[in-house]
Amino acid sequence: MSPRPFRLRKISNPPVISGFKPYGNKKIGGKTESVFLHLEEYEALRLCDYEMLNHHQASILMAVSRPTLTRIYSKARQKIAEALVQGKQIIIEGGKIYFDSEWYSCKNCGCFFNNPDKQEEIKECPLCRNSNILNYEPDNEETEENTTRYSDICICPSCGYETPHRCGCPCKDEICPECGTNMVRKGRPHKRNF
Amino acid sequence: MKVAITSNGNSLESKLDQRFGRCGYFTIYDTETKGIEFLPNPNKDAQEGAGPASVQLVASRNVQKIISGEFGIKIKSLLDSLKIQMIVLKQPEKSIREIIDMLHN
Repeated sequence: MSPRPFRLRKISNPPVISGFKPYGNKKIGGKTESVFLHLEEYEALRLCDYEMLNHHQASILMAVSRPTLTRIYSKARQKIAEALVQGKQIIIEGGKIYFDSEWYSCKNCGCFFNNPDKQEEIKECPLCRNSNILNYEPDNEETEENTTRYSDICICPSCGYETPHRCGCPCKDEICPECGTNMVRKGRPHKRNF
Repeated sequence: MKVAITSNGNSLESKLDQRFGRCGYFTIYDTETKGIEFLPNPNKDAQEGAGPASVQLVASRNVQKIISGEFGIKIKSLLDSLKIQMIVLKQPEKSIREIIDMLHN
C-alpha cells in the first residue's frame, strides 16, 4: 500500500536571501559543503522564532497538523546547527510548498486583488484608490466542511438518548445520563446493532 | 510602476480579456511615463502550460500588477512567489482606456 500523499506546506513569503556563507574558515583549502534548508523549514523557523508564534498557531498558518509542524521545525534547527558547527553554508531552496496570500475585494469597483507583500498593509484599492475595501475569505467552503465534520451525534444504544458529539472524546467513553450505558456514534455501523 | 492588462485586441478601445493565460494581447502600461505597449500573446492557442508561459513573458517586463478577469490555479502560487499583485476584475465590458483612467484617479 502506498503511503498517504504529502500535504503541501503553505508559505506566505519567500525569503529575501537565498542562503548564508560562512567566513574565516580555519581549514586551509577545505571546500565548503552546503546544507539545504527547505523553504518549509525556513517558514517554520520564521513563524516560531521570528514571529514568536506557538507550534499550534504556526501549523494553522502553514496548513499542516501541529505534529508535522514540530517535525519540520526540529529538522530546521538540526540543519542550522549542523551548518554552524561544521562551518557549512546554508542554501534555502526546495521543499514541497505552495505560496499563498490574502485576498481583498473593493466595494467601489467590484474587483478582487491580493496582497503579494505581507510586510505592507493594504489600505486602498490598487485600481480605483478607494479605501472601501473588504477582507475577502475564499476559504468559506473549508470552514463549512469543518463544522459539518464535527456535527456528529452520539446516541445511546439502549434508550436512544442523543447528544452532540464532542470532538476528541470517543463516543464509547460517553455515558448516557438516562440509563448509564456507553454511547455509540449515530449512523455508523457498529458490532452491536440497535 | 508597470501594470499588465489582458485585452482581446491591440487598441485602447478593445475590451478586457477574461482569461489570463490565453488572452489575445497583453497591454503593458507604465504609470510614470504613461507609455502603452501591446504584446501579442504567443500562448493564445497553446494546448497546455499557457499560464506559466504567459507569467514568464509578463514577468520579463518587470510588471508589478496584473489586471485580468481570472487567474488559473497554476498561476496564483507562481505570481505569489514573484510578488506580482493580481487584480481580478469581472467586468468584460470595460475597455482598456477605462481601466487606465481608473488607475489614474
